[in-house]
Amino acid sequence: MDGERASALRQIFVRAIGGVALAALVMGGAAACKQDEGGSGSDTAGAKVCDLKIGFFGALSGADAGLVTPGQQAAKMAINQYNAEHADCKVSLQEYDSQGKPELAGGLATSAVNDAKVVGMVGPAFSGESETANPTFQQAGLPVISQSATRPSLSEQGWKIFHRGVGNDFSQGPAAAAYIKGLNPAKVFVVDDQSAYGAGLADEVKKALGPLVTASDKATDNQQDFSAIVTKVTGSGATALFYGGYTEEASPFLKQLRAGGYKGTFVGGDGIYDANMLSVTGNADVEGAVATCPCAPATEAKGTFVADFQKEYNAAPGVYADVAYDLTKIFLEAIGEGKSTRADIQAFLTSYSKAGAATGVTYKWTDKGELDPAQVRVWAYVAKNGQWAPDKEIPKA
Amino acid sequence: MTDVRTRWRDFRHGVSQRWDRLPKASRIGIILVFVVFLYALPNKGFYEYLGLPVGEYIPLYTTRNDMATVLFQCGYYILLALGLNIVVGYAGLLDLGFFGFFAVGAYTVATLTSPQSKIFTEYNWLESPWPWLAALPLAIALSFAAGVILGFPVLRLRGDYLAIVTLGFAEMIRIVAQQNDWIFNGDRGIPNIGRPPGTNSDGSAIFQFDAKPYYWLILTVIIGMVFLIRNLVRSRVGRAWIAIREDEDAAELMGVPTYKFKIWAFAMGAGIGGFSGALWAGQIGFVNASTFKLEQSILVLAAVLLGGAGNIFGAILGGFLVIYVPEWLRSVGDVFGLPEQVRIAGEPYDISATNLRYLFFGIILIVVMIFRPQGLWANRRRAAELKDREKEAMVGA
Amino acid sequence: MQFNDLINGFPVLTVTGLTQGAIYALIALGYTLVYGVLRLINFAHSDVFMIGTFGAIWTWSAFGFDANSPRPSVGEALGLIALAIVVAALLCGFFAMLVEVTAYRPLRARNAPPLAFLITAIGASFVLSEGMGAFTNRRQFGVPAMLPTEPVVSLGGWSLTPLQISTLAVAVIAMVALDWFVQRTRFGRGIRAVAQDSNTAALMGVNKNRVILLVFLIGGLMAGVAAVMSDMKAASTRFNVGFLIGLKAFAAAVLGGIGNLRGAALGGILLGLVENYGSAVFGTNFRDFIGFLVLILLLMFRPTGLLGESLGRARA
Repeated sequence: MDGERASALRQIFVRAIGGVALAALVMGGAAACKQDEGGSGSDTAGAKVCDLKIGFFGALSGADAGLVTPGQQAAKMAINQYNAEHADCKVSLQEYDSQGKPELAGGLATSAVNDAKVVGMVGPAFSGESETANPTFQQAGLPVISQSATRPSLSEQGWKIFHRGVGNDFSQGPAAAAYIKGLNPAKVFVVDDQSAYGAGLADEVKKALGPLVTASDKATDNQQDFSAIVTKVTGSGATALFYGGYTEEASPFLKQLRAGGYKGTFVGGDGIYDANMLSVTGNADVEGAVATCPCAPATEAKGTFVADFQKEYNAAPGVYADVAYDLTKIFLEAIGEGKSTRADIQAFLTSYSKAGAATGVTYKWTDKGELDPAQVRVWAYVAKNGQWAPDKEIPKA
Repeated sequence: MTDVRTRWRDFRHGVSQRWDRLPKASRIGIILVFVVFLYALPNKGFYEYLGLPVGEYIPLYTTRNDMATVLFQCGYYILLALGLNIVVGYAGLLDLGFFGFFAVGAYTVATLTSPQSKIFTEYNWLESPWPWLAALPLAIALSFAAGVILGFPVLRLRGDYLAIVTLGFAEMIRIVAQQNDWIFNGDRGIPNIGRPPGTNSDGSAIFQFDAKPYYWLILTVIIGMVFLIRNLVRSRVGRAWIAIREDEDAAELMGVPTYKFKIWAFAMGAGIGGFSGALWAGQIGFVNASTFKLEQSILVLAAVLLGGAGNIFGAILGGFLVIYVPEWLRSVGDVFGLPEQVRIAGEPYDISATNLRYLFFGIILIVVMIFRPQGLWANRRRAAELKDREKEAMVGA
Repeated sequence: MQFNDLINGFPVLTVTGLTQGAIYALIALGYTLVYGVLRLINFAHSDVFMIGTFGAIWTWSAFGFDANSPRPSVGEALGLIALAIVVAALLCGFFAMLVEVTAYRPLRARNAPPLAFLITAIGASFVLSEGMGAFTNRRQFGVPAMLPTEPVVSLGGWSLTPLQISTLAVAVIAMVALDWFVQRTRFGRGIRAVAQDSNTAALMGVNKNRVILLVFLIGGLMAGVAAVMSDMKAASTRFNVGFLIGLKAFAAAVLGGIGNLRGAALGGILLGLVENYGSAVFGTNFRDFIGFLVLILLLMFRPTGLLGESLGRARA
């Protein structure tokens, strides 16, 4: 490198460094004084506010995405339907992909509350991420309705913004137990997947069944080979089995149980009440499996939801898709009525009481954000000919 | 292609020469300016001052996630990478289970500082939760001890056997944490973990949900750690580590007690990993078993090697990139206005940057390693060794 | 602890453990072959296996079989399985070679340090699994019913289902064929030569890159065979099934002595059995814990695995 060029370069270099230094010093000072604007919502009372956003919070990528993306697709569909009717004043879906990880949820929550256009949130989908995200939402007053976080303690944390679109483990567990008792089994085997949802549900079932439960075991996340559990189940002589967990593991487990010669009833929670449980397991093996769900059976409206979803995504709606669809619709209804701030929508939710189109559940919340206990009706569904056929409403204990 | 590469090499060489020739005072000045820049980084005001429109096109700001949180996450990964760099980069021990020590630190803080930890609610071992600051030294000490205890048996193994054994230990730690009925409460986790102390002038706590103070805290810790490690590496201990890395048998023959120094390296790295875990637990406020998956250990290792093993600044760069690049890739779709979905033969495919970002990240890892096998910012001595190897390869081929 | 479950279920646990072990062993062969030749942990191998599980499902769906289809006749089923094995093996072989050519060969050309290979391996693993995740919309796919589930052989408490028989048979055939290939053929001699001393082998006229490509191909073929068997056993697949089973197979390879073909087979079988027995006694939540515990304890006493490393030579 010749000297002249080098010295010219050096000059540029020194100047650049000096410039950056100056800029950074000034910025450091300026930035220290300046606060990020918080999202308190735009307060243009009366005038219709457009381009609002509804958030969707959950695992959209990563290993647990299968439990959440159906809901995201359904929410998108709800918004597209709304926008088709309100072409002059659209709403969009803002996605927050937590990958289901509590450690990522906090930052995404901060990012959501800083976006003043976000006035409502569907999610967080899991209980773990709710623990880290909801404090931030509470601080900013951003109302959230979770489609699938069922940990009972979430409503005990004093979060005013928290709502649950499904019953919690306390409502479903005893009902599932009551259903199993109705089968008059000699022995019951309980398996859970060690997730907060699955273990919570299985614990409630065990508590309610008491000595009927002769043995139990735990599966693990993403497990493929269930031969040891299958051996235990067939060896235990149990005639009913409760599985607390999701379709992803439940489906191969059920198939391996049948292949291993288990003839009893397979009962699961709402984590298996989805179309994949039927299509992945296959009619022959899934026939007779029971899913309990704190959701009422198909209404006519639900009929169009399933058909719409099928048309839109070329697949049957997966787990929690119907709940997410209804919850998104509730937010859209609020926006359609001209509610444009977080506080307005929070107030709207507090006094809301209507049945959802896709699930048939009447959404009405207690002051803690739980679904009104009178509204939580747990139904049992039986897999018949490739459909979840409503069996009966399980009476409250 | 070659031309670009030689020119780039010349440029880099020129910059580093010029850097060496600068007077010490200016070098310190530039570093200080850079540090100020780092402290200013998460402030939105900083970008507005620069005239960059936040939310539209920003090369640095992550539009889909809170910048301060992303930076904090980078921070704890950088700390992890610094710790692992001692083990892999200096002592040359392949550790695939480094995140286990992070778990030890995080769980120590969580169980001691959360009022909902089972220590207080079930076992009554202690009267009341500790403050975060009191649990911190214990967390570091325990992970250091875990490093020593683990090091004794496993460091007699070499190379890839060490890799699988450390991996196994990290998995065993996770499986223990995964047990719902044990002290760590499994996937249900431990909420309400204590936060670092300190209040603003108006009496509100500094360390709340806003991630900026945490980022500043961890940045300060990293800077301190850089000085500590730098001095350690230049001491007798550091020379011993490098000797072990280069040729363990020769080092032993020359009178270096290799076993002892290997345990030192392992424990030092573990202590830093535990420190990182303790800081992280203080920020996130909630710990559950699903955080400590094996993928995390692999990502930390990727960080060290991507940045350049054996160089402190390489580890920092790597730790920053492995978190920041995937997060930044989320916003790429917004920046270029890419479509989120395509339909091929009626089947919708999600091609949003969020969905595909780990695919891109994988490609980046491969490409970077092909062009810079010694890492992005390699240790000079190692880079020289590699150049020799490359020449050998030329001759060999 | 439930020793009753172990005692009562011992025959069944043994048979299912052997079957799962055979699948581990087939995958472990891929790790061990690559390690033997390149001293490299091929992290992307688990995702090559995952692609094989989809290969089988695609083959069957091309013939109109999905999870809801009725069980085909035994003859038809055997034909379909054979076809799926061919397709899955070729697919896996292709992707294994693709990984070698894109992620490892360029690094070898520049004589990169061993750890750099680890990173491209991780990168390739991300690319394969995330690419497949995007391609399949991260959905779970059910496996069509193939073989009847009623046991065909039973003696006392011991019984074998057609699936277990065919898995064990296929695994044994594949491993014997591989052993013959490596020990007896000219190509096998090339592999052993490169494993022993790659530079000298190159001087002797062995085309090193071709041998390495062959090794990846063979590892891929084995993974493809394992994928079909695993599909039928597990009954469903997703884009992320590779990680866990790959990890186990890698552990199995180390258990037997990495770089040693017979060791990989032994390690796989042993791991499958230990996991099953351990799950019965301590609960399935400790399955992986027990697997790793056994591995670690064994390595404490035999630091190079059960049979030692010896694709090319016996190393102390």
